[in-house]
Amino acid sequence: MELPADAPAVITADALRADLGCFPTREQYHDLVAAFKADGFEVCADLCAVDYLEHAERAVPEGVTPTRFEVVVNLLSMSRRERVRIRVQAGDVEPEVDSLFDLYPGSEAMEREAFDLLGVIFRGHPDLTRILMPEDWEGHPLRKDYGTGRVPVQFKEAPGPR
Amino acid sequence: MSEPTVRTAERLEALTAETSEGPQELQRREATPASELGREVGSVVRIGDAPFNPDDVDYERADDETMIINMGPSHPSTHGVLRIMLELDGEIVLRAKPVIGYLHTGMEKTGEMLSYVQGATNVTRMDYLSPVINELSYSMAVEALLGIEVPERAVWIRMMMSELNRISSHLVWMATNGMDLGSTSMMIYGFRERELILAFFEKTAGLRLNLNYVRPGGVAADLPDGWEDDVEVICDTIYERTFEYDELLTGQPIFRQRMVGVAPISAEEALALGVTGPLLRSTGVPWDLRRTMPYLAYDQVDFDVIVGTYGDNFDRYAIRLNEIRESVRIIRQCLERMPAGDYRSQDPKVTPPPRARIGESMEALIHHFKLFTEGFHVPAGEVYSAVESPRGEHGCYIVSDGGPKPYRMHVRAPSFVNLQAIPLLMRGASMADAITVISTVDPIMGEVDR
Amino acid sequence: MALEDLQHNFLTGRLEDLVRWARRASVWPATFGLACCAIEMMASGAADFDLARFGMEVFRNSPRQADLMIVAGRVSQKMAPVLRQVYDQMMEPKWVLSMGVCASTGGLFNNYAIVQGVDQIVPVDVYAPGCPPSPETLMHAILTLHEQIRTGEIMKRRATGNPVHLDHAESPWTPEVPVAVRLGTPK
Repeated sequence: MELPADAPAVITADALRADLGCFPTREQYHDLVAAFKADGFEVCADLCAVDYLEHAERAVPEGVTPTRFEVVVNLLSMSRRERVRIRVQAGDVEPEVDSLFDLYPGSEAMEREAFDLLGVIFRGHPDLTRILMPEDWEGHPLRKDYGTGRVPVQFKEAPGPR
Repeated sequence: MSEPTVRTAERLEALTAETSEGPQELQRREATPASELGREVGSVVRIGDAPFNPDDVDYERADDETMIINMGPSHPSTHGVLRIMLELDGEIVLRAKPVIGYLHTGMEKTGEMLSYVQGATNVTRMDYLSPVINELSYSMAVEALLGIEVPERAVWIRMMMSELNRISSHLVWMATNGMDLGSTSMMIYGFRERELILAFFEKTAGLRLNLNYVRPGGVAADLPDGWEDDVEVICDTIYERTFEYDELLTGQPIFRQRMVGVAPISAEEALALGVTGPLLRSTGVPWDLRRTMPYLAYDQVDFDVIVGTYGDNFDRYAIRLNEIRESVRIIRQCLERMPAGDYRSQDPKVTPPPRARIGESMEALIHHFKLFTEGFHVPAGEVYSAVESPRGEHGCYIVSDGGPKPYRMHVRAPSFVNLQAIPLLMRGASMADAITVISTVDPIMGEVDR
Repeated sequence: MALEDLQHNFLTGRLEDLVRWARRASVWPATFGLACCAIEMMASGAADFDLARFGMEVFRNSPRQADLMIVAGRVSQKMAPVLRQVYDQMMEPKWVLSMGVCASTGGLFNNYAIVQGVDQIVPVDVYAPGCPPSPETLMHAILTLHEQIRTGEIMKRRATGNPVHLDHAESPWTPEVPVAVRLGTPK
C-alpha cells in the first residue's frame, strides 16, 4: 500500500501496515483522512476511541507521544479492497479532535458514540449530544476510571441487599 | 475514580414524567444548526465542498404548520425499541431523527470484564438474530491476536452455521416485513420455517438463540450425529418454500405498491453514509465481504452476490429473498465437502485437555481449571476483523494488553451505521412508507445500542 | 318461580369465579419486546407454538387495551421511565411477566446500563428464567400466571397492591430499592 502523494508527513515509516496504522498528530488528522479519501478510501468503516489510562507507556512508534485517549478510525477502500487504520492521540484531559463529518457523513453516529461513552470532543460535529446514555447521565461509562456499576449478588441469606 | 450514577435509585419517584431526552430529540427548525438540519433532511452528498444551505430545502410551510411526532420506543413496527421523531407536513415526512440507546446494555464495558473464553457469551447477545456471526467476528479477532490456525473442519462448520444463521435472520426479516405491510401470513410462514433451523441449532449448541457456539480456537462441539439429514431437510424445505414466498409477495400488487420505487438511495449516498449489507448492494455496489475480502473458506465455495439496481425497498426485499437461496447453495456445498478432523484447535493454549485426561493427570486438571478461571493470555496488540453479517459489515476491534481480558473491545455494528440512512430514506415519503423504510433497513436494536 | 318451571339447563356458581375464569381465558399481552426475548415471544405467537391456544394471540399495541405486560428483554436505564409509563397507561387489572434473566435480575449484564431487575420499576407477578427462555418456558410462565389469576384476589389493584376500596390514591406503589443499586464495585 502506498501513501497518498499529498498526504502530510506521517510519523512512522511503516505506518501503513494495516495492523499497525498511521499515527498522525491532531493537526494532521483531518488532512490525512481527506487525503485517504481522495485516494480511494470511500468508506469510513469504523470509528471508536480507546482510553489508555492504565497503559500510558504503551508501544507506539518512535516520535509519537502517547496520550490517554486515542481515536481509532478504520477506513475501507472498496475499489482496492484495502483497509487502513488511523490512530490519533486525542489528548489526556479533554480529548478533542476534528470531526470527520464533512468527509464521511456516516461517521456522525460513531463520533457521537465516542463522545457519549468516552467523552471525546469532535470539533465541527453537527450534533454532539449523547446518543446511547440518557441525557442527564453523568460521566462517560467506557472510561477506565468509571466503575462498572456492578451490583453485588448474594446467593445465600446474607444480610443487606439482594 | 468516579462512581457510576445508577439512576434507578434516585429517580424512581419521578419516573413517569421523565421520558424526555432533551437535545437528543428532534428540535424545532430554528433551534437546529444548518449542518444538523442537513443531516435530518437526508442531505448527504454535496457537490464539491459546499456547506449545506438550509434554503436549498424546499420548506414551503412555516414551522407552526408542520408537526413533530414521536414514534416509539415502544411501537409495534419499530423492530424493538427504536424511537424515531418525524417532522410531518400532513402525511409527508420532512425530517426524521432516530433517537437510540433504549437498549444500551454496556456490552463493551462488560466485554472488558470477561476473559477471552467468556467473551463469546457476551457478544452473541448483541445482534440476537445472527448470534453465530457475532461470535465469529469476535473469535476471528482473538485468533488473529493469538496467531493460531483453526482446523479445516471447524472452518467449514463455522461457515455452515453462519449461512444457516443468515437464513434464519432473513426469514425473521421476511416475517416482520410482511407483518409491517399487513401480510400476516408471511409472518406465520417466516417463523414456521425458522423453527427448522432453530431446532438444528438447539441440537448442535444446546440453545435456540445466543448460541455461544463459535469460540476462539474453533467451535464448542462437533456437529451432532445425523446432522447431514437434518441439514438436507432444512435446505430442501426452505429452498422450496422461497418460491412460495415469491408467489405470495413478489407479484402481489399491494406489496409492490408499497415497495417498488419507494425510498430509493443512490450508491454515492450509501457509500458516504458507510452503509453496508443489502442496503448497499441494493444500489448496485457488489460489496459482500464473503466475496471481496474472503474469510473462512468462502473463496472455495460457489455462490453469487446478489445486487439490485434502483436501491429501493423492493430491491432490498429481492436481495434478501435471493440471499436465502444463495445461502442454501453454500450449505449444500458444505454438506458435500465437510472435511473430517478436529472441530477445535488442538493448541493447548486455548483448548482444554480432553475429559478423559483430567481424571488421570493432575497437570491436565490444573490446566483445565486455569483455562476456565483465569483464561488464556493474549499477546498485546490490536486487531480489527470484519465478517459479513445479514445486515452488513460486522467488525470487532480488540485491543489486548497481554492479559487474559480484552483491554478494549469495540464492535462495529452494521445496524448502527445503517440507521443513519433513515432520514435520507424517509425524506419525502409518506408516513406509511416510513414503516416500510424501517423494515427494509432492518435494524436490530440489540446491536445498535449494544 | 320454582326450579322445575325453567326451560333450560343452568349452572350455579359464584360471580367471583366467573370473573376469574373470564379474565384467565383472555389475557391480552401488550407488545413490549425489548431484546432477544422478544424474538422468542414472537416465535411463541407464531405457528409452531401458537399462543392462541391460551386465548393470548392478540398482542395489543396500545397499552390501554392490554392486561399483561411481558417485559421481554433487558431494561436499560434509558428505557426504565418509558417502561413505567407504559405500565401506568395500562388499565386495571394488569399483570407483569418478566421474561428472561435480564429482565428478572440483570442477568449477564451486571453493569451501569441495565436495571438489575424490572421489579425495581414495576411489580412483577411471574418470572420466566432462561436466556432467552424458550417458548415452552414462556408458556409455562403464562400458565403459572393463569393459575394465579384463577385463584387470586379479583378486587386487588395491581399497581398499588391494595384492594380497590382502600385509599389507594394516597399510596401509590413504590418499589423497594435495594441500597446496593447505588454501589459501584471498585475496580
